[in-house]
Amino acid sequence: MKRITALALAFAASVASAPIAQAAWQPSKPVEFVVTSGPGGGTDTFARVVQSIIAKHKLVEQPIVVTNKGGGSGAEGFVYGKGAAGDPHKVIFGTNNEYLLPLVAKLAFKPDDLTPVAAMAMDEFLIWVNGNAEFKDAKTYLAAAKSKPEGFKMGGSQSKDTDETLTKLIEGATGTKFIYIPFKGGGEAAVQLAGAHIDSNVNNPNENIGQWKAGLVKPLCVFSPQRLPAGPKVAGDMSWGDIPTCKEQGVGIDQFQMPRTVWLAPKAPDDAVSFYADVLAKVKDTPEWKEYIERTSQTNRFLSGAELKTFIASDEEKNRKVFEKEGWVVK
Amino acid sequence: MDNLISLMHGFGVAATGFHLTLMVVGVLLGILVGVLPGLGAPNGVSLLLPLTFSMDPVSAIILLTSMYWGALFGGSTTSILFNIPGEPSSVATTFDGYPMAKQGRATEALSLAFLSAGFGALAGVVLITILSTWVAKFALRFSSPEYFAVYFLAFASFVGLGGTSPFKTIVSMMLGFAFATVGMDTISGSLRLTFGFNELLSGISFLVAVIGLFGIGELILTMEEGLRFDGIHAKVSPRDVLATIQRMPRYWMTLLRSSLIGCWMGITPGGPTAASFMSYGLAKRFARNKEGFGKGRPEGVIAPETADHAAGTSAILPMLALGVPGSATAAVMMGGLMIWGLNPGPMLFIEKPDFVWGLVASMYLGNVVAVVLVLATVPFFAAILRIPFAIIGPVIVVVCFIGAYTVSSSMFDLWLALGFGVVGYVFKKLDYPVAPLVLAMVLGDKAEDAFRQSMIMSRGSLAIFWSNPLVACMTALAVALLLWPLIGMAQDRLRASRAVAPVG
Repeated sequence: MKRITALALAFAASVASAPIAQAAWQPSKPVEFVVTSGPGGGTDTFARVVQSIIAKHKLVEQPIVVTNKGGGSGAEGFVYGKGAAGDPHKVIFGTNNEYLLPLVAKLAFKPDDLTPVAAMAMDEFLIWVNGNAEFKDAKTYLAAAKSKPEGFKMGGSQSKDTDETLTKLIEGATGTKFIYIPFKGGGEAAVQLAGAHIDSNVNNPNENIGQWKAGLVKPLCVFSPQRLPAGPKVAGDMSWGDIPTCKEQGVGIDQFQMPRTVWLAPKAPDDAVSFYADVLAKVKDTPEWKEYIERTSQTNRFLSGAELKTFIASDEEKNRKVFEKEGWVVK
Repeated sequence: MDNLISLMHGFGVAATGFHLTLMVVGVLLGILVGVLPGLGAPNGVSLLLPLTFSMDPVSAIILLTSMYWGALFGGSTTSILFNIPGEPSSVATTFDGYPMAKQGRATEALSLAFLSAGFGALAGVVLITILSTWVAKFALRFSSPEYFAVYFLAFASFVGLGGTSPFKTIVSMMLGFAFATVGMDTISGSLRLTFGFNELLSGISFLVAVIGLFGIGELILTMEEGLRFDGIHAKVSPRDVLATIQRMPRYWMTLLRSSLIGCWMGITPGGPTAASFMSYGLAKRFARNKEGFGKGRPEGVIAPETADHAAGTSAILPMLALGVPGSATAAVMMGGLMIWGLNPGPMLFIEKPDFVWGLVASMYLGNVVAVVLVLATVPFFAAILRIPFAIIGPVIVVVCFIGAYTVSSSMFDLWLALGFGVVGYVFKKLDYPVAPLVLAMVLGDKAEDAFRQSMIMSRGSLAIFWSNPLVACMTALAVALLLWPLIGMAQDRLRASRAVAPVG
């Protein structure tokens, strides 16, 4: 009898609370963070930092599990997300690969299959050379590269991905021609440059900071509209803010950044999208998030809603131009 | 000398009651995930990772590395008992470990494996302690041509081992290469051999293939042969463990050679899988009596286990100093490092000496703890084999399929494992060796990437493999190893003709 009363009470409570639950969607079971890179990659760190901040500040009632689905340069995770249509308990973490990957490889998902939630940070790109290289600035390095077409080796992460795209943009803007060598990831490209096996790379700050601190590599310029914020000294008397922008150095590229993005499965209810956007907006205001942004020298920029859609459309357009010129687009 | 002082300091950090408890917990959890194939070390470590967010970095890394050691030991257990390697690097252990278990020598095989693994690990840590500064610099000299030479060396030391027809070895190896190419290609950024299956995007998981080829293939064979394990008759007593410990020094040569191979592959960094295969290959080649390998020779267990753990341990150093993880598990730990607020790189040694040397000291302690704990489990694990096959057989099938499913939670992988099971059975029946297929599958895509990167660097000239003393030495060694069997054959023929000559 007691049990029946309890059940009835629980039922009554759930009925009573139902309208509220509909107004503000809440996860009703554990949430899965799907990471579209392998463990240890940039996207993986991003998702796990968000997970640890949510856990610490108890921003989501339900537990969060992180799974890595990085196969096929991240396609595995996006296809998995597409398969979970209508389930708002799967949150997919990526970069601009969500809308760029389907352009260069024939995959079972289209850019607009997933529902965009937010972009949380912009990762910067720099031109780096070996620490002992004779080049003092980007101008002299690119001039040397121009005088010797296919004489300099540019290393990067993966093929037809951000690093190679940027290399092609640099070539177009400066009239240079590099030998592009694709490695498995930015970490490998960093070590290859530290060992002077390649002449330069276009790594993100976080991928090269360890080698820069040790003086094994040095930055020449950064692809952002303004200089990075000046922080503590990183190597010698240089801080991130002392690196000139590539624009200053006469490279005709205003900006090249990679957004860190969060998505939901197709047909996610609007309530769920705004729920996660709210949670992530709270995450970005925590001291732990600021610490992560500073440590990885990314640019703190939060986009959601219509703003995010506009950004994605323009970023895709910009990259598509390069892909089409290089003949990478698959039909 | 400085390093020794730092190490003593590190022991001060690591040898606290709390940290020792973490080690025991970590090792026990590790053995558990290691014994369940598919769950494996990388998954176990990433499951544990969120728990470490609130710990300080030294405690966190001690917990995670201890789990790693435990998982490595656990992986060897299933290789020996059920012919199912839990980790790619313990595949070579099955070659002689499983036959030993079938002959009722499971206790001996397990003890040998654990003791030599412990020995290898300690050799690796000693190397790290003495050469930490030099190793990091040395690893910087490695680029794509050097990587290719290392993999080539591993292949060369393994092919031409004899036993079966060389053509069958080649067929098996080529199949392995084909399986390794499935999925996204790093160099061109295109998909290969996926035939429109989304499940093949990330390639064929090595673990799924191994669970099928070894685990399920072997089960089908056992059923055909009459449903029995000889292990049933074996007596299991803790005294056998002690007897094996006493016999260990007899194999000093194998231990020493395998440790050297392991340390070399760990720092170069060819990785533990290449190390274990190479070590097994060389143990067989240098053995005075080649008979018995593959049928339960103690050296066949000692060689791969020692090298595997020596490489696994010494590979931690390049990871910390360069920020390039040598294995899937190392990648997860490196991700952890970044979340705890540490940047792997050359400066870690200078900025965070407490962390680095605390970790090194914990590697000494953690491996000793692990060896003691796993040796204590030997009688228990060996006793599993006394359970009648009619009961244990179905259990293994279930464990195999759970393992295959856990790899990426995909039903497709179950069919794949079953398919590989049939392939494994057919290979055995037709006397095709499985090992070359496995080796090619593990190292195939890495070797291919390294080769194609080298070709881009040199604009298509093979001379790049002779372009500096380091890579030239390794290429020469590999070619020599490759041609060794031919030279041996020529010698035999010469000897044979001389023996015939006096008669004629």
